Amino acid sequence: MIKSAVSRSGTPPALTGIETTAGQQPVQPPFGHFKDVHKTFTRAGQAPLAAIDMVSFDLHIGKFISLLGPSGCGKTTFLRIAAGLIPKTSGIVQINGIDVDAPQPDFGIAFQQPNLMPWRTVLRNVLFPLEITGGARGEAAERATNLLALVGLSGFENSYPAQLSGGMQQRVALCRALVHRPKLLLMDEPFGALDELTRMEMQDLLLDIRAKTNATVMLVTHSISEAVYLSDAVAVFSNRPATIADFIAVDLPYPRLPEMRYQPEFTELEHRAGRALGITK
Amino acid sequence: MSALHFQRSAYPLIGILLILGIWQGYTSLSGISPLVLPSPLEIASVSVTRYDLLLHETWPTLVETLLGFCLALAIGIPLAVCVANSRLLNLILYPILVATQSVPKVAIAPIILVWFGLGMSSKLALAFLVAFFPVVVDTATGLQATPSGLLELAHALRASPRQVFFKVQVPAALPFIFAGAKVAITLAVIGAVIGEFVGSVSGLGNLVLSANSQLDGPLAWAALIWLSGLGIVLFSVVALAERLMMPWEGARQH
Repeated sequence: MIKSAVSRSGTPPALTGIETTAGQQPVQPPFGHFKDVHKTFTRAGQAPLAAIDMVSFDLHIGKFISLLGPSGCGKTTFLRIAAGLIPKTSGIVQINGIDVDAPQPDFGIAFQQPNLMPWRTVLRNVLFPLEITGGARGEAAERATNLLALVGLSGFENSYPAQLSGGMQQRVALCRALVHRPKLLLMDEPFGALDELTRMEMQDLLLDIRAKTNATVMLVTHSISEAVYLSDAVAVFSNRPATIADFIAVDLPYPRLPEMRYQPEFTELEHRAGRALGITK
Repeated sequence: MSALHFQRSAYPLIGILLILGIWQGYTSLSGISPLVLPSPLEIASVSVTRYDLLLHETWPTLVETLLGFCLALAIGIPLAVCVANSRLLNLILYPILVATQSVPKVAIAPIILVWFGLGMSSKLALAFLVAFFPVVVDTATGLQATPSGLLELAHALRASPRQVFFKVQVPAALPFIFAGAKVAITLAVIGAVIGEFVGSVSGLGNLVLSANSQLDGPLAWAALIWLSGLGIVLFSVVALAERLMMPWEGARQH
């Protein structure tokens, strides 16, 4: 397993041209700054469980980063810490200049399950975040309708989730995550429960939406090709307790096209991620 | 309608007609006394000819049942909210609830009658007592069974406890609440009749007793049939309310 790419508590790898090495001060602080993030779960009557050993990296504004790793490696835990859903044990978690210790209003989140409310129509599910913050005015419904059109769900505004397929439900969940114009979109294996073809369709859709909304995205996945296809950078997590096994900058141009999956550059990046995961030599 | 629709309404009807036919045939062929077992036609004719009396006696039973049921909802649902949201209250109240439930309601009826008298309030109290438990248990179960994904979503959106309760917990619990209410409404009819049996001056249960003591078998049976009808109608009303309040459940089949 390759761990040399990033030292355990050393300089966070930079995602863009901005270097954080001595002598070259960054022009502005990164959008997301994670340093020596550590998480140990303690439960009464059970041995403490270290989920995340030490994870550091920077996330720059407008970038798409994937957290790639084996099942149960702590990548979801990391995302939940970044989302403010659970507390870290130690380390620095700064996003948009704020030390995150609770969910933030300018975050949007999508889970592995669509988590739609069966009693709400599609449109009212999308409007739910605005209803909570008190911003569900007339303009909001129009925005929600536009988002639904963007994901190809025009005409389904008044349907109930039970009437939609899994892929359609996940698209509704994506609209809900975006309806309040979040600065950071956090996604926890959002396409994990979908079949391969729907999944590839959703990946293109996500890239399309991201290009239109300019959101910064952090996505958890255990699919190597998904991580490479979507991201500006891939943080490869080691087995639990998680460290960063490799930090891969993906220098493929956007918009990404399905044909790119078969280009040598693409497979080389996949290969590198596979090596970091210990799958290939 | 479709063949399936036809089957759904026709087959149960065939079953009922079959039983009524055998019943009618037996009573007319065997010459059994109508006091012991009146024929379906006799019961039907009494139901029509003594319509006024039956309707008159239906009102008290209906009012007792409905008031007992509403009281069970009015007290049961808030109590379930307490039990579901507070571990302390859960520990204190739940054993008491189960203990009260294990007391046979028929056995407690005479005591209730001593407390509340022969009038409506004793029947109402009994209807409440039997209807109360399913309302509390099902509502509490429903409130505790909120999908964790929805709670996490609400947390991520920084919803207040009030918003979580009204926008997530309660709608998620509605199917459970209605399941409890449907059991409760049928039990409430039984509670009211138990009360009438132990001591009363009116009601369909009272009519069954008095007709029986006057050796008027067909009238006793007619009152019994009306009681069942009352139960079915009340159940249907609750089921209809469920369909109206939860349109998304019906949407599933489209």
